[in-house]
Amino acid sequence: MLKILKYSFYDLMRSRWSYVYFLFYLALGFVLLFLNQDLSKAVITLMNVIIVLVPLIGTIFGVMYYYNSKEFTELLLAQPIRRSSIFLGQYFGVAGSLTLSLVLGLGVPFALYGLFKSDAIWNFSLLLITGAFLTLIFTALAFNIAISNENKIKGFGYAVLMWLFLAVVYDGLFLMSLIVFEAYPLDSFSLIATMFNPIDLSRTLILLKLDISALLGYTGAIFKQFFGTNTGLVISLLMLLLWTVIPIWRLSYKAKRKDF
Amino acid sequence: MIQIERLYKKFGKNQVLRGLDLHIDKGGIFAILGPNGSGKTTLIKAILGMVVPNKGVISVLGKPIKNKWRYRQEIEYLPQIANFPGNLKVKEIIRMIKDLRQEPSDEERLISLFSLEPFLDKKLSTLSGGTKQKVNIVLTLMFDNPLIILDEPTTGLDPLALIHLKQLIREEKEKGKTILVTSHIMRFVEEVADEIVYLLEGEIYFKGSIPDLKTKTGQSDFEHAIAAIAITTTDA
Repeated sequence: MLKILKYSFYDLMRSRWSYVYFLFYLALGFVLLFLNQDLSKAVITLMNVIIVLVPLIGTIFGVMYYYNSKEFTELLLAQPIRRSSIFLGQYFGVAGSLTLSLVLGLGVPFALYGLFKSDAIWNFSLLLITGAFLTLIFTALAFNIAISNENKIKGFGYAVLMWLFLAVVYDGLFLMSLIVFEAYPLDSFSLIATMFNPIDLSRTLILLKLDISALLGYTGAIFKQFFGTNTGLVISLLMLLLWTVIPIWRLSYKAKRKDF
Repeated sequence: MIQIERLYKKFGKNQVLRGLDLHIDKGGIFAILGPNGSGKTTLIKAILGMVVPNKGVISVLGKPIKNKWRYRQEIEYLPQIANFPGNLKVKEIIRMIKDLRQEPSDEERLISLFSLEPFLDKKLSTLSGGTKQKVNIVLTLMFDNPLIILDEPTTGLDPLALIHLKQLIREEKEKGKTILVTSHIMRFVEEVADEIVYLLEGEIYFKGSIPDLKTKTGQSDFEHAIAAIAITTTDA
């Protein structure tokens, strides 16, 4: 698997898009720091960008890479390599290079600004960790969609719909259900509903770490009670891990049974 | 070398292989023939484990291959259409396949045989169909393994390259290897093949030598003998 990972990774590192993605984060980091003049505020703005953009890029890169490397995959299938190694190698190649672009692109400006001497380092690390998780999760979901759809257009469409649903529609439904069932106690419902969407989960996790939960009112207090503690943090990270592991497991399951 | 028992494969509603039985002994060149859509490529891909059969058992070198992958180390496979990752250079893809297989290879000899030196630094997407096929042949035959599978090896080759290919196939046979070939060029098949396996609608219709086939169909010409099978079966 490591060999496939190496080739996929090199392949992506040579392509222009990894650099564009890296330079985008680099520029974003510098601009935010320049405009805000404050690390903590920059982290909050950055969160809003990361929470939406990272899943989108992960989804699109994942689907595109899968379909574009069809020839490479066919060549590898006739070689003495385990099937799951081929697909997992490619997956980690994509997810790895995207994560690297994210971490380096944001890490460099913040480090230069004096991150290591500031209190914001933990918030910033949490931001990068959730960003990495979101990349892994959405690339894995995208690979799953691509492997189940021979037709590129369909695969691409489903992948974008999935992103749209989790990034936008889910929140709308969530808010509407809160309004409709206003009369009932909704604490555990909203906690659980948050867990079932990796984007919401990441956002809540970061917001509450940033100590601005007072803005969220009563629900915020409940959330603070849960996410603000170490148990909550561990459970949330575990949930993100589950969100990563399950799609990867399904990818290797599907890969073993597919005809080429 | 290869044992196949009661092999079934269906793609959607299309039943491609219908209980195919095939035994291929060690040594010699076997041509797998049949009209378009008779299941030749599916059969080859099933042997390679690229297609998962619905039913049936395939054994290569005495061991069932289901869910296995190490046996592919013993197989050299030439795919039908040379679909390569276009952004790699010829040199890089040769190095990559060598790295993945980790076995001794003699690509230098094949590269000079097919005069591929000027193309080594070119990207695969810029090569012509015939040149791609030559690269394909180099990638397949540069190793030394007991089983060779060639799916339409003659596609796009110029006459000189074709002569070299036939020579190479004969050399491999003399080393005692087993070679499976599919082709629609009957002259080529007649020249190289020791035995014919004729597939029709997912089953073996005929297996035997070329003289046997000629006697069976009552034709003196090989191409006509093959055509005779096709005609009698469409009439029936």
